Amino acid sequence: MRSRRCAGSVGSGLSTDRPAISISALARRFGERTVLAEVSVEVPAGATLAVLGRNGAGKSTLLRILATLLRPHAGRVAVLGEELPRRGWAVRGRVGLLGHEPLLYRDLSGRENLRYYARLHGVAQERVEQLLAAVQMTARADEPVRLLSRGMVQRLAICRAVLHAPDVLLLDEPWSNLDPAAGELAQSLIGADCGATRVITSHDPESALAEADVVLALRDGRPSFVGQPSGLDTGAVRELYA
Amino acid sequence: MRAAGAILRKDLLVELRTLETVPAMALFAVTVFVVFHFALDVATLSGQLAAGVLTATLLFAAMLGINRLFVAERDQGGFDAFLLAPVDRSAMLLAKATALFVFLVVLELVAVPAFTLLLLARAIVPLLGSLALVLALTNVAFAVIGTLVSAIAVQGRARDLVGPLVALPLLLPALIATARAIGPVLALHGAAPPGRWLAVLALYDLVNVLVAYAVFDFLLED
Repeated sequence: MRSRRCAGSVGSGLSTDRPAISISALARRFGERTVLAEVSVEVPAGATLAVLGRNGAGKSTLLRILATLLRPHAGRVAVLGEELPRRGWAVRGRVGLLGHEPLLYRDLSGRENLRYYARLHGVAQERVEQLLAAVQMTARADEPVRLLSRGMVQRLAICRAVLHAPDVLLLDEPWSNLDPAAGELAQSLIGADCGATRVITSHDPESALAEADVVLALRDGRPSFVGQPSGLDTGAVRELYA
Repeated sequence: MRAAGAILRKDLLVELRTLETVPAMALFAVTVFVVFHFALDVATLSGQLAAGVLTATLLFAAMLGINRLFVAERDQGGFDAFLLAPVDRSAMLLAKATALFVFLVVLELVAVPAFTLLLLARAIVPLLGSLALVLALTNVAFAVIGTLVSAIAVQGRARDLVGPLVALPLLLPALIATARAIGPVLALHGAAPPGRWLAVLALYDLVNVLVAYAVFDFLLED
């Protein structure tokens, strides 16, 4: 059974000198529309990058590129030392994505969904039960996902994202639909102390900045700020969402 | 193989839960046979005419299954989740083609008896072995081509139209070979399927399996 990997370089085979995520002049288009342009940022192993911006700023697109689901159209992207998309295959299985969609089959139960993904990732079935217990979903695990509330579905989606103990977690508004109690439960799995390198997007800049080691602010796909949270004041945040 | 097995198991479980695909295919086939029973001005069919009716009906019933093959992946994010896993992309091809093959076998378990009852001029039992052989080879063709076409169509618009438009011409050689192979089997005095047409079907299946394996990866990638 796979054990949870420790923070950053330990157990991941990544040198402490090499960033877990390295992006340089990244660009991505959808047809004629430029969604990302000239995006550059580095995220040290074990650190948290908060990506801020309005709707349509390119946050989710950036996460999908890091997850190897989309190809960059320009620039250089490396995750865990592997250049994308050329060596995307080496990164799959070491990255966990929690996106807008839970990626769960609605007609299967939570347990069946997680067992399916455990088989895909070569993870022991015991891990499924551990995670269900961690988010207090064991009692509802045999109900079809379509009958569960959004908060319960989000808890299952978190389980799916961390099932294979990834080194990098890509979290697109992870705390949405979670009540405070569920949020507390999820902290050990995807919170700042989970050990993985994290990229978080959020519509709540204050909470995102509180968790972040590095901040990337996007405006119409272009970076308007890259640096530490202390360098981004309240006025700049307000302007970002204006 | 582990990944293909996991996907196949999931697909069969979803189908058992929802019964969205196979019942629709079977109902379509039986309905068509009923229509032919009343519409054709003959009491019973045999030979090449019977083979044509059976082949065409199975084809269009199969298209219902082909159109639905990747719907769950598209609508519920299964594609993304699969692409995130460290598995060979061809596992999806193998699993989906196998699932479609299973659906077609179940379809034929309903459709062939219905065809015999409503339209055929002779008993089917002495012919079952020969018929099963031909239909098995045909099912492989439907399964492989259907999976490829469904993967192409599901990611675009007008997918319910694109699937049949692309699949039907590609399946034409298999359909001709199937009809020509089954014709003698369904003749009044029954005969073995001609080896030539079995060989055409087998060769067509082999070529398409190789082509599907070669191109499938590119269909899933951005």
